[in-house]
Amino acid sequence: MTELVEPVAPADRAGEGAPRWCDRCGAEAATGSHSACAAARVLEPPRYCVRCRRRMKVQVLPVGWSAACVEHGEIRG
Amino acid sequence: MPDILDQARTQVLGNGVGLDEAGVLAVLSLPDEHLPAALQLAHEVRMRWCGPEVEVEGIVSLKTGGCPEDCHFCSQSGLFSSPVRSVWLDIPSLVEAAKQTAKTGATEFCIVAAVRGPDARLMKQMREGVAAIKAEVDIQVAASLGMLTQEQVDELVDMGVHRYNHNLETCRSYFPNVVTTHSWEERWETLRMVRESGMEVCCGGILGLGETVEQRAEFAAQLAELDPHEVPLNFLNPRPGTPLGDRPVVEGKDALRAIAAFRLAMPRTILRYAGGREITLGDLGTRDGLLGGINAVIVGNYLTTLGRPATDDLKLLDDLKMPVKALSATL
Repeated sequence: MTELVEPVAPADRAGEGAPRWCDRCGAEAATGSHSACAAARVLEPPRYCVRCRRRMKVQVLPVGWSAACVEHGEIRG
Repeated sequence: MPDILDQARTQVLGNGVGLDEAGVLAVLSLPDEHLPAALQLAHEVRMRWCGPEVEVEGIVSLKTGGCPEDCHFCSQSGLFSSPVRSVWLDIPSLVEAAKQTAKTGATEFCIVAAVRGPDARLMKQMREGVAAIKAEVDIQVAASLGMLTQEQVDELVDMGVHRYNHNLETCRSYFPNVVTTHSWEERWETLRMVRESGMEVCCGGILGLGETVEQRAEFAAQLAELDPHEVPLNFLNPRPGTPLGDRPVVEGKDALRAIAAFRLAMPRTILRYAGGREITLGDLGTRDGLLGGINAVIVGNYLTTLGRPATDDLKLLDDLKMPVKALSATL
């Protein structure tokens, strides 16, 4: 379960659609298959922001994790 | 029954004397049809010399990423193109993590930092963090901060850190293939100081780094010589961007053979499931290992990857009628 903790500004949300970037490998989500990434993500937190491809600051905790993009806020799982 | 298992039944189960390197190699080389017997014997050894209790631990990364060392398996090295970024955990979050860990029934909470060794800033963070945890949470605190000076060892003792983790990672002969920025001997020197300080020594490693079966046996023998209080056993989880990122994972049966062999080398140690078991062994293999010599687990997430929910492991222990070691038993 992933939740957006710090929602992005409404102006940014207007352009929000399907994730543009894979949150595991950072490649374009629409290019190629990311099924291996999806499978790996069961046991990994996200590393790339799906909206801008920036590497996120990720803190894994004994229970849960947080991942912060400097532009698009923090998500938690 | 293979000769080595007959020998181990007398020597290890009967007398509590671990197998030597040749004996470990013989166990690691057993054909698949003898694996169940090896696991059964390792389980009997564990039950006789350690008892039925399982020690449960949670771990947390106090300082993630940006490490100057080049451990080829590690996504936290700043020398590789890993997606892991540097991040520090603040004290309130550290205390909250300890609370979450204690709620699972864990008696151990290990604070880990991705560093060559701690600097003044990290030691200050540790002092404040350990004090805050001890004030609010009923749990034993362990630490893993890389290579230490004698002064830092003494300081950790003074903080009340009761166990120090410093993995040798692999055997002496293979270590230069895995790490080039420091030596196996430097790690050994930290372990020597930790032991002499009175802190419990926690030292294990990772299987599947490319070592041979002979080197795996060499590693078990070197750990047995060190005689650590605890041996965390990891299986390589290949991390993107690291030099070992494309290595295959350890076969489940080889992992189980290693669990049995390491238990037969070290009958009295705490042998802990650490990282990688989820992908190497899965649910069924996890159960087999707990019935094959393992007597401790890391529950919940790891440092940069996620683990099984703690509730799954605790239910498994309950199903196996293995009691979780109580805090009072560790004090």
